Amino acid sequence: MYHQSPVHSSAGTSHGSNRSYLIGFILSVVLTIIPFALVMYPSLPRNITAWLVVAIGAIQIFAHLKYFLHLDTAAEQRWNLIALIFSAVIILLLVGLSLWIMDSIHHNMLAH
Amino acid sequence: MFGKLSWDAIPTNEPIVMYTLAIVGLIGIALVGSITWKRQWGYMWREWFTSVDHKKIGCMYIIVALVMLLRGFSDAIMMRTQQAAASSGGPGYLPPEHYDQIFTAHGVIMIFFMAMPFVVGLMNIVVPLQIGARDVAYPFLNALSFWLFVVGAALVNISLGVGEFARTGWVAYPPLSELAYSPGVGVDYYIWSLQISGIGTLLTGVNFFVTILKMRTEGMTLFKMPVFTWNSLCTSILILAAFPILTATLLMLTVDRYLGMHFFTNEAGGNPMMYVNLIWAWGHPEVYILILPAFGVFSEIAATFSSKRLFGYVSLVWATIAITVLSFIVWLHHFFTMGAGGNVNAFFGIMTMIIAVPTGVKIFTWLFTMYRGRVRFETPMLWTLGFIVTFSIGGMTGVLLAVPGADFMLHNSLFLIAHFHNVIIGGAVFGYMAGLTYWFPKAFGFRLNDKLGRIAFWCWLTGFYFAFMPSYVLGFMGMTRRLNHFDNPEWRPWLLLELVGVGIILCGVACQALQLFTSIRNRDKYRDLTGDPWDGRTLEWATASPPPVYNFAEQPKVDDLDAYWGMKERGVSTLSHTDYRRIHMPRNTSAGLIISLFALVSSFALVWHIWWMAIFGLVASVITLIVRSYDEDTDYFISASEVARIEKARLKDMAEA
Amino acid sequence: MTNTILEKDIAHTHEQGHEDAGSLRIFGFWIYLMTDCILFATLFAGYAVLRDSVAGGPSTVDIFELPYVLTETMLLLFSSITYGYAMLAMNRNEPKYVIRWLGLTFLLGLGFIGMEINEFHHLIQEGYGPDRSAFLTGFFTLVGTHGAHVATGLIWMAVLMVQVRSSGITDSTSTRLSCLSLFWHFLDVVWICVFTVVYLLGVV
Repeated sequence: MYHQSPVHSSAGTSHGSNRSYLIGFILSVVLTIIPFALVMYPSLPRNITAWLVVAIGAIQIFAHLKYFLHLDTAAEQRWNLIALIFSAVIILLLVGLSLWIMDSIHHNMLAH
Repeated sequence: MFGKLSWDAIPTNEPIVMYTLAIVGLIGIALVGSITWKRQWGYMWREWFTSVDHKKIGCMYIIVALVMLLRGFSDAIMMRTQQAAASSGGPGYLPPEHYDQIFTAHGVIMIFFMAMPFVVGLMNIVVPLQIGARDVAYPFLNALSFWLFVVGAALVNISLGVGEFARTGWVAYPPLSELAYSPGVGVDYYIWSLQISGIGTLLTGVNFFVTILKMRTEGMTLFKMPVFTWNSLCTSILILAAFPILTATLLMLTVDRYLGMHFFTNEAGGNPMMYVNLIWAWGHPEVYILILPAFGVFSEIAATFSSKRLFGYVSLVWATIAITVLSFIVWLHHFFTMGAGGNVNAFFGIMTMIIAVPTGVKIFTWLFTMYRGRVRFETPMLWTLGFIVTFSIGGMTGVLLAVPGADFMLHNSLFLIAHFHNVIIGGAVFGYMAGLTYWFPKAFGFRLNDKLGRIAFWCWLTGFYFAFMPSYVLGFMGMTRRLNHFDNPEWRPWLLLELVGVGIILCGVACQALQLFTSIRNRDKYRDLTGDPWDGRTLEWATASPPPVYNFAEQPKVDDLDAYWGMKERGVSTLSHTDYRRIHMPRNTSAGLIISLFALVSSFALVWHIWWMAIFGLVASVITLIVRSYDEDTDYFISASEVARIEKARLKDMAEA
Repeated sequence: MTNTILEKDIAHTHEQGHEDAGSLRIFGFWIYLMTDCILFATLFAGYAVLRDSVAGGPSTVDIFELPYVLTETMLLLFSSITYGYAMLAMNRNEPKYVIRWLGLTFLLGLGFIGMEINEFHHLIQEGYGPDRSAFLTGFFTLVGTHGAHVATGLIWMAVLMVQVRSSGITDSTSTRLSCLSLFWHFLDVVWICVFTVVYLLGVV
């Protein structure tokens, strides 16, 4: 009934492949289990664990972006990448500066 | 059954409100009556209410903005008369509970329902034409954005007659805006009207960002775009980055009020100061959203009416980009006094002073554009000159306020009020008025009466100075904002002077209303058949006035800045084609209107805690959206012969002109 | 009818020059997702500020159960994979497999939501609802907003399954599947931030 057009590779997303999803999946599972294990069975000093957990989370996000969302530096994806980086900058500024402000206020309010 | 809603919600005990409702009711009946009498409902529905055409949607935005300007201005008149009346120690004529709603409504209306729609309206009318496109990237979304905005405006207006409005000031700080101190429906009206129109604005941001990036005509690289389009792009980026913060923060206030949560309450660990921080993280980009399009308007006008290419195009673009980025690291200057300490205040104070620099660059750019140009002092140019002087003063007082030590004395004084009205009126509003005058002929095909336009400008200019310069003095004399009554005889003469100023502005507004009325009446006399009444430089002047629904029969190829000027100089016409092709256009739809109508039902119900109605409205909205997704018949073709007919008619008009 | 739609595609590509309607939509949706990131960032900031305001009530260590959260996380992660396979089936033009993989995704997502509702219900029953303290307010709102997004995605998914069943894989359904794909993966990315910042850093 409807025109069946072959799906074209669009500027919005690129094609995935069986392989990339599988790699992404395995990476994600591993990068999830490790931080959970680090926290559930603490063997390192607290703050090291904390930094590791955050770092591994960041790596897993990159894995998702690359293997699931197929974000790369290809020309068609250029604006998607720029938008993402810009948003990341805004988020860092918003959250970072807000935490600095609220923390300073907290100290000055002599709160306990 | 109806939650908190009862007949008591109508403020029969407040004569001022009842008279207002009566007048509004009469005007409404007259309007509806005349449309019915002339049997124009079909026309209104087909041509306007269900339109997805960016030009129509833009006009509707501006019409609503102008109506809301009247309401916001009435609030201002009431505030000024109250302060004049109460300046010798008496109570004035507005009790505090009423006065507080008025200054809150004044701020909310002017920012959200006058300035924002004016900005979005101008962007809608102009940007697709300037980039040589047929429409925006998402025409249906555009219509939906407009109607969602109308819902927000409707809620604010309904609050006048059914219930009350917030008494918290236009930013609604907790704990005052929390349930404990604002148990009525006022803050709820505030929340939902902002939340819903905010969604509309966010969708507009997506629409214009994508439109400008992806739908420019062939040859128009980013650095060949007109400056208004550049400013619209940066405004869209600001909307995209800032409005989610507003959505989230209002959500937090909502769950505090509706579900007893503790984001900003005094008890159980809430932090009211976090609201202040988050709301201004949105609030500062917001004011740049209001001013950047105005800067864009002035750039276009400065070049056109100096008959000269804009000076320093590249630095202007980079200055705009700088402002866009910097506007995200200055927001604390709105609450230096909240106690973040010296280091934090110093950082944000310095950043605030830095952001003044690119704006200063722009001022010089406009001045250098006019220098050695053949300046024509038409009305748009008058607004521009008024802006350059006025906005400079306002900007300088802003830099003064950016010094935390000075701000500690001047925060929330009339000095602050004077500063922001200085930049908003002298900057943003003057820009919108200039844009309105400049692009009106393009949108409607006839010019506005020039004499009345000039008088209106001079009234606005002198009225503004009388109405707000005394506030700088009053600020230094220690008068704080939002005072209902006071007893300091030294302030009295200044306040009376301000009242005179408001009166002069009122004359200006009246002139503009008269100007619209007479221009429409005499439109045949003011008709412009050329499509280019100002000898413009950019692509929107290459089409007919008003443009055909498809904008350009064939999208023009561009190879330089000031694309149309180049075409005129080379004698290239956009119309001499004989091989017209059929054009693909989006169909009108009522889906945007209907979704928004259900959103109105839902939000009204939420205000009054009528839970079943709220859920019904939400579900109905979603179902309408799903039904729309099944609609395969969302576009059509204009046949080549029809295009030919329209273009030939235009050629004929131009020959006669 | 087929002719009109065929010609529609051609006419459109001609006009825009570089962009066809589908990819334009997907790009616009990506931009919307960026704004959603900022919305979540605001909620994260709020949570971070309020995390230690327990008002005498329970704190993170008292109420977070990591094995439970790990299970939830795996459900969502697996659902991301199954959606990926749905997209591969779409690229191979196999509507039947698209619907099957979507169905599996739906069930996994539903499982995630079920577990989350259970966690919330349990907390509220113990008197540790969002109205107990600012910390709990921040927690419920952040995690709850993510859950609301997932639930919206599920509704969208169900509607799309019906549409693919009746229309097959067309320009329109494939664009929508692509948009939902972005949405679904983005929700998994946000969840990584949630389990890291809220649960793991809360208990470490």
